[in-house]
Amino acid sequence: MEPDPLVESRQRRLAILARAPRQEIETLLETVGGAPPHEALKAPETGTVIVEGRAGGTGRRFNLGEATVTRCVVRLEDGTLGYSYALGRDKTKARLAALIDALAQDAQRGPVIAAGLARLALDQQALRALASRKAAATRVEFFTMVRGEG
Amino acid sequence: MYVAVKGGEAAILATHELLAETRRGDPAVPEIAPAQIREQMGLAVARVMNEGSLYDPDLAALALKQAQGDTIEAAFLLRAYRTTLPRFGASLPLDTGAMAIRRRISAAYKDLPGGQVLGPTYDYTHRLFDFALEEGGETPALTPAPAPLAETMPRVPDILGQEGLMEAEAPPEGDPAPFDLTRASVSFPAGRDVRLQAMARGDEGFMLGLGYSTQRGYGNAHPFAGEIRLGEVAVSFVPEELGFAVDLGDLTLSECQMINQFAGSKDIPPQFTRGYGLAFGHAERKVMSMALVDRALKARDLGEAADYPAQQEEFVLYHADNVEAAGFVEHLKLPHYVDFQGELELIRRIRAEREARLAKGQDHLPEAAE
Repeated sequence: MEPDPLVESRQRRLAILARAPRQEIETLLETVGGAPPHEALKAPETGTVIVEGRAGGTGRRFNLGEATVTRCVVRLEDGTLGYSYALGRDKTKARLAALIDALAQDAQRGPVIAAGLARLALDQQALRALASRKAAATRVEFFTMVRGEG
Repeated sequence: MYVAVKGGEAAILATHELLAETRRGDPAVPEIAPAQIREQMGLAVARVMNEGSLYDPDLAALALKQAQGDTIEAAFLLRAYRTTLPRFGASLPLDTGAMAIRRRISAAYKDLPGGQVLGPTYDYTHRLFDFALEEGGETPALTPAPAPLAETMPRVPDILGQEGLMEAEAPPEGDPAPFDLTRASVSFPAGRDVRLQAMARGDEGFMLGLGYSTQRGYGNAHPFAGEIRLGEVAVSFVPEELGFAVDLGDLTLSECQMINQFAGSKDIPPQFTRGYGLAFGHAERKVMSMALVDRALKARDLGEAADYPAQQEEFVLYHADNVEAAGFVEHLKLPHYVDFQGELELIRRIRAEREARLAKGQDHLPEAAE
């Protein structure tokens, strides 16, 4: 199947929103005039997704356990749909994120949202890089000691 | 047969209040918040998430607070809560090869592509008290390395696998969806998927004891810790209404690849065999134990004798679940008055019959249990 650029940009958007703190999403929504009129096609709902692993990392699938997930689907007045899925149980965040997903498709507000999401993505990358640099500080070289002289 | 009792409502209400008071402890000492437990008791939180079989650090922290730090009681709370939630579906299988590494070591390979990263570990601490923690205050600041680690690091068995020296871990034909023991009852022989699920939610202490037993001679283990890794892995899910994968965020995971001695057949030359452990959060002892037992449970598949407990899947799978085990052991605390009354009457009758026979001067006494 051909990769669909609209799908790919939405996947990137939802991945950023899933990792963003609620406060950041709220602030982003403020920059485009706050929550627009909308209806909740699927009111924010918490459930679980069962998480699958693979034996040995690459083999047979098995169920590791469940994780809490909260989802929401909104529809703006012009019919645009917005989706949100993220780990955790934050229903307020789910609704705000779904609104951002919907507004990102809007001709006027879309570019502002995109710029805001790009900033959030940079923040997330910076956090990840910092954690990795801290881990890198504990990188170790072990030397094998030869015992005896034969 | 268990016969229920009625009554005791007032006493039960009072015990709830006394429990709350006991849980709170001395009111002069500040109360802890779940966020403090989540951030500062992370290893306990991980244990509760694993044994409760639900990834949610906030809920696991709340469960620990409510259970006064009793991890099994806390796991029970998570399991009970889980049953109230709808299940949206199954994730795509995790790719632990794409983990953002915070710790990654191998006791088998010194020079690994990507390197050995100690990360946050107690391994090289002196196990002396740090009395500065009594007072609290500033934590020593680590200077991060100038550059981050490689984006991804190859899994150690995959490196050896390229030489063909390692038992392959490939999905079976058609990459079937895994069995779910929370939805269907287990039958034996159990598949590897069932065993791994049962061990992932199994009691850490039980898995540790069984893993240890394989090292001590109750099982034919010659293990090397091929790789242990800790870090964050993205988890994705395909919602029906979208039809494409959505990234839900990152899970913190621990993974252990245990490398064990050889097996071969007339078709396959001798190669290392493998045991696997995977768990939520930082749970290194758990994944190592799980990997040892996973390997032991392959005895039947590899045509080895299964003489010891860790090699017997019915024994392992039926006793690993600490919520079930605690339920059955602890139900003995509940009133068994009718049962016990029956036993009491029986023993009185047996004794009366014995007395009667002795009085008649019979020299032969039958066994009491007859």
